[in-house]
Amino acid sequence: MNIGMAFALLGAALATGLAGWGSAKGVGIAGQAAAGVVAEDPSQFAKVLILELLPGTQGIYGLLVAFITLANIGVLGGNPVTDLPTGLMYLGACLPIAIAGLGSGIYQGKTSAASIGLVAKKPDQFGKAMLFPAMVETYAILALLVSILAVTNIR
Amino acid sequence: MSELDYTFAVARVRVLEKSLLTDADIAQMTALSDEPAVLQFLAGKGWGESGAAHQTAEDMLACETEKTKQTVRELLAEPELLQIFSYQDMYHNLKAAIKVTCTQGEAPGVFVSCPGFDRERMLQIVGEKAWRELPAHMQEAAAEAYQTLLQTRDGQRCDIILDRAALEAIAKAGKESDEPVIRDYADRLVSVADIRIAVRAAGVGKNREFLTKALAPCPSLDAAGLARAAAAGKESVIAWLRTTRFAPAADALAQSPSAFERWCDDEMTEAIRPQKRNPFSAGPVIAYMLARQNEIRMARILLTAKANGLPETAIRERTRRMYG
Repeated sequence: MNIGMAFALLGAALATGLAGWGSAKGVGIAGQAAAGVVAEDPSQFAKVLILELLPGTQGIYGLLVAFITLANIGVLGGNPVTDLPTGLMYLGACLPIAIAGLGSGIYQGKTSAASIGLVAKKPDQFGKAMLFPAMVETYAILALLVSILAVTNIR
Repeated sequence: MSELDYTFAVARVRVLEKSLLTDADIAQMTALSDEPAVLQFLAGKGWGESGAAHQTAEDMLACETEKTKQTVRELLAEPELLQIFSYQDMYHNLKAAIKVTCTQGEAPGVFVSCPGFDRERMLQIVGEKAWRELPAHMQEAAAEAYQTLLQTRDGQRCDIILDRAALEAIAKAGKESDEPVIRDYADRLVSVADIRIAVRAAGVGKNREFLTKALAPCPSLDAAGLARAAAAGKESVIAWLRTTRFAPAADALAQSPSAFERWCDDEMTEAIRPQKRNPFSAGPVIAYMLARQNEIRMARILLTAKANGLPETAIRERTRRMYG
């Protein structure tokens, strides 16, 4: 295997690993809050579950970028990477979702936990409570778009 | 401990906060006819033992106190955070033990429940003058108060030594705490206690020397200025308070003694109110505990007032603001 291919694979690994880490941490934080609410009021289970799942999307975005990368670099299809510059381009293309996925996953988890507290106290405010963590999603989506555009346009 | 470790606890507290008494509940209870009606209202809110018939007011309040302790034990991973809240009870028991020992009298019902420093333990420490067995912040004050009472037989001088030591210990613990709710609580408690002492001292014409000894230093209040004002009388205290951020205390004081006592308790509730907006850390758990203590105190006032047939207007003057 050449060094270019190694960098391209590193990019795919970072996209999945870092974004997945962010999601795991975010879902973990929100999950603690959700468990706290359900411990006292089991009727809120469905609402808090939705809020808990919101930070899970970053991991999926990372996985998607990793799949597209693997499909382009000769692992799941496409042409194998044969030179260093192309490998570095794949690595660079994967970084937006890797970094933004990690950060936004954690912060979305914290916001979800705060929103779970809001729903615990005022269950009728569920719609508004959803919006706060959803705002954080914007930045994960922007990073996902940039990563997909970059990975699919490397020649 | 990481503030995120309290995520579960804070979420539980948010649900529990829904069952706290609100100002509307207090107004409704005030309008009820008698003590049994208030007890029934509280039982409807889940107070007391579920399914227990004919609970007395004391049983119900004791049950709620125990429930609060149990909940806080479950939620607070760092019990040492609660030490500051037992200082007043510890000093109270020390004061009682010194008086009982020096006067060789009996004082049934004077000691309060305080784990580690209950009646027997405190009487043993004072009897043996084993001051080293007390926490560091109590040792010097305990020895001084004991000697003072033995030599002068002046219970009031003994009281001011220990009361000031308690306030200084609370102020120090608050200053050193990493928890904003404990810092705010300690600062507010010491400033309110100083104002309360100054008002009472002004009422009985105490001099400046007494006041200087009795008032504890506090970052948010000029204790020397307050002592000067209190030495000149109650009107002077009111005028002095109007020049500070404690101006509402002056209005309450001008209104009536019970309005002033209500202001003192409301100030403590205001100290914990920001915790309603805090999604992480131990702050909301501590705020919940203090809110429960406040509502139990309020329920006691209401039940006593109803049992003694106090008119609604007199009760309303004594109703505290609720956290819920």
